[in-house]
Amino acid sequence: MEESTSPKQEKENQELGEARRSWEVKTAASPQYSEPASFEPLEAKQGLETGRQSRSSRSWSPQSGARTSLGGPAGPETSSPAPLSPQESSSTPSPLAPAIQDLAAPPQSDRTTSVIPEAWTPYPDPLEQSSDKRESTPHHTSQSEGNTFQQSQQPKPHLCGPRTVSYNNANQKELRFDVFQEEDSNSDYDLHQPATGGSEVAPSMLETTIQNAKAYLLKTSSKSGLNLYDHLSNMLTKILDERPENAVDIIENISQDVKMAHFSKKFDSLQNANEMLPTYEIAEKQKALFLQVHLEGVDQELEDEIVENALPNVMESAFYFEQAGVGLGTDETYRIFLALKQLTDTHPIQRCRFWGKILGLEMNYIVAEVEFREGEDEEEVEEEDVAEERDNGESEADEDEEDELPKSFYKVPQAIPKEESRTGANKYVYFVCNEPGRPWVKLPPVIPAQIVIARKIKKFFTGRLDAPIISYPPFPGNESNYLRAQIARISAGTHVSPLGFYQFGEEEGEEEEEVEGGRNSFEENPDFEGIQVIDLVETLSNWVHHVQHILSQGRCNWFNSIQKNEEEQEEEDEEKEEPDYIEQEVGPPLLTPISEDSEIQNIPPWTTRLSSNLIPQYAIAVLQSNLWPGAYAFSNGKKFENFYIGWGHKYSPDNYTPPVPPPVYQEYPSGPEITEMDDPGVEEEQAFRAAQEAVLLAAEENEETEEDKDEEDDYD
Amino acid sequence: MDAESLLLSLELASGSGQGLSPDRRASLLTSLTLVKRDYRYDRVLFWGRILGLVADYYIAQGLSEDQLAPRKTLYSLNCTEWSLLPPATEEMVAQSSVVKGRFMGDPSHEYEHIELQKVNEGEKVFEEEVVVQIKEETRLVYVIDQIDKAVAIIPRGALFKTPFGPTHVNRTFEGLSLSEAKKLSSYFHFREPVELKNKTLLEKADLDPSLDFMDSLEHDIPKGSWSIQMERSNTLVVLRSLLWPGLTFYHAPRTKNYGYIYVGTGEKNMDLPFML
Repeated sequence: MEESTSPKQEKENQELGEARRSWEVKTAASPQYSEPASFEPLEAKQGLETGRQSRSSRSWSPQSGARTSLGGPAGPETSSPAPLSPQESSSTPSPLAPAIQDLAAPPQSDRTTSVIPEAWTPYPDPLEQSSDKRESTPHHTSQSEGNTFQQSQQPKPHLCGPRTVSYNNANQKELRFDVFQEEDSNSDYDLHQPATGGSEVAPSMLETTIQNAKAYLLKTSSKSGLNLYDHLSNMLTKILDERPENAVDIIENISQDVKMAHFSKKFDSLQNANEMLPTYEIAEKQKALFLQVHLEGVDQELEDEIVENALPNVMESAFYFEQAGVGLGTDETYRIFLALKQLTDTHPIQRCRFWGKILGLEMNYIVAEVEFREGEDEEEVEEEDVAEERDNGESEADEDEEDELPKSFYKVPQAIPKEESRTGANKYVYFVCNEPGRPWVKLPPVIPAQIVIARKIKKFFTGRLDAPIISYPPFPGNESNYLRAQIARISAGTHVSPLGFYQFGEEEGEEEEEVEGGRNSFEENPDFEGIQVIDLVETLSNWVHHVQHILSQGRCNWFNSIQKNEEEQEEEDEEKEEPDYIEQEVGPPLLTPISEDSEIQNIPPWTTRLSSNLIPQYAIAVLQSNLWPGAYAFSNGKKFENFYIGWGHKYSPDNYTPPVPPPVYQEYPSGPEITEMDDPGVEEEQAFRAAQEAVLLAAEENEETEEDKDEEDDYD
Repeated sequence: MDAESLLLSLELASGSGQGLSPDRRASLLTSLTLVKRDYRYDRVLFWGRILGLVADYYIAQGLSEDQLAPRKTLYSLNCTEWSLLPPATEEMVAQSSVVKGRFMGDPSHEYEHIELQKVNEGEKVFEEEVVVQIKEETRLVYVIDQIDKAVAIIPRGALFKTPFGPTHVNRTFEGLSLSEAKKLSSYFHFREPVELKNKTLLEKADLDPSLDFMDSLEHDIPKGSWSIQMERSNTLVVLRSLLWPGLTFYHAPRTKNYGYIYVGTGEKNMDLPFML
């Protein structure tokens, strides 16, 4: 880099030389400026000598500063002098040109440039010192130039010192000829001595030096294929185009960027195509969302839409939730809105609601809660019950054998059947998609077993519906089932509404009739007058659950599995070890206030807030669930909405402990006939023997007495 | 996230669901500028929100010129008045690590923790149950410190180190490319490097000392504690921490926009190994 600056300086020095001779600035400028960089003509056209001087002063000062601070010959460092060099050289007077030519080798061109100004004014000691140092350095290309540059910088600060301290503060107004001359003398310091008569050097020498310098600059690097000339010109172009602040501070970065840009151009076409492709695909899909309206723009359809609007006003709810600080951002919500519209258009849906978003590892789920129109549910294929009864088959096979192998007493607990659709946990059907624009996928209805096990495991969702859930206890299903189970739990736990918004239908049986599990249907109360927001915030009893609680069985409506067993009992004679009576599980009935919710270790289950403390008259009441972090509900007195955004897990202050495997089942009843007895110990044996002997002795004595008696009898 | 680009940043980070309500946003914009002036910070970051049972804490951090110098943390309950928090000391760390559960939302609330301490009375040594009171403010300092050390991240190239020592914002950082943005190795922990010296010489040879002077996320334990996703039709890369759920880092590739925000309960997810 240093070398590059020097030939440029040379050229410019030559230019200046001519200019000085003739004081014709422009003519000198134009021919030589056109070569190195595009900005040079601009600089040249500024035209005034004073301008040049100032430029040169500016150029030298930052150069000097840059060089001294940067020190050694590093490539990017020298880029800073580069832009300045043309200006500098422009300021050097012509008589110095011959001085340049005195130094034959192009690497020494920096010296030559420095000579030129020196011819003008003898600058005392610092210059001489620096020139000495310069001349003493070997003519090793980069090193020498580096050194010379360094040395050339040393006097420069002296020069620049009195005038300017910082680079950018180079005072353009100091146009004193003396200073100008000093600068020049600085730069061309080492040619001072031999070049006192430099003005007499022939122009041809100058030209050859310039050409040599330029040739050197144009030499392509064997490693990278770049050449310094082009690199410098590119860099200077970039800097002048972009005009960054403190360019000298980031000059290395700029040089790096230019180099990188040079390489990356080769791969540009490939990389860009690959990288942007997925972006464009998704954008295309989302564009389709926006185009939905125009697909079938029949007036009748429009009317239909307006009349039976299954679509909720997602934007309105989003606005209220935003007041609470919850939400997905306006445009994302709008896209979801459009996706919901697409859902309602393609499926026969009575009612639809944006349930929320569940975050996953690789992808997220956007969940919509949907209620199909009457009679239009799609019939689901009966899913196989995972807990099939297999042991019946086995036991039958064994009976055939003569030796009856011990039969297992284990009875697989009968699988609790899932609830019918539209009731209990399967009241709503859920659709999910990964991103608005992607197709909606219907989630399968939930089975009580899945809920029971979902309560025992805690797993992150990956984002792929077919991902397996590897856990203990083993989850019966894949991620879509787990997702559905969690959605059911969250809905049951956190869907609340203001008291009075829903009421039990009057057609439903009155209190006399006891529907199993309590009433499970409700309807909107047309006479609902709204509750004050303050009331909603102050006490939790103004909010009620409107989703049935899920019993520990996994269902909302109790299923008594014993009833069926009674039938089986008549058939089978096997002993049963199950209790004859399972207590009916009872959960809180529908529409219970949430003040009845149990606390979690002294933490209240819900947190209520006003959305804004600053303007309470328009604030809304916000409920946050502490049990399911991420579940929110808002109400402004008349309207309400529930929302969930989170990872889909319950909160527990204690760490999760995986459930312990059940104890090993008893294979057979252990009675005394099978139980192994310990062998008697030594003392016991002796005691036993002693006892036996005692008995024998007693027996013998008895015999003796009997014999005696017999003998006595015989006497008679 | 930088307080200068608060609105855009909040919009970009909204994928995780929790953000700020409009009145908080408005008050933040004004109060953070004032904080910057009063405390003479070079940059002010809005760190996030810790949800408490009664109230939420809004946290901001101020940085000086050297980006890696210890940051000053401020908290506020209403986004208008900010109080400086003391830096975390070892004693604080030891004390607060035993507190579990949610934050209350009241900085003067005291947690009681019963400890068995050996008390020397004369010549007898016996254990006594001592009730240690830990202020919520201390716990707040501890939690913020933990989160910063564990999961505050920054993309590669956003900061660079000069040979003189201080770390500066890299003004020529134009964002990561799409392919780079999907790799964990393009993100660094925004703290003094801990594992850097454990790297082999071979690995170090490939590093650029001015850019790669912090730990990357690749070697975080447990593996898989970060979830990388592209959102907004591939124009935004979002990293969420699974170890401290609630920390969201967002970056729009090929632009200078990046930042992280924590909105959560301030509890570490100790069940992570079970959940992966």
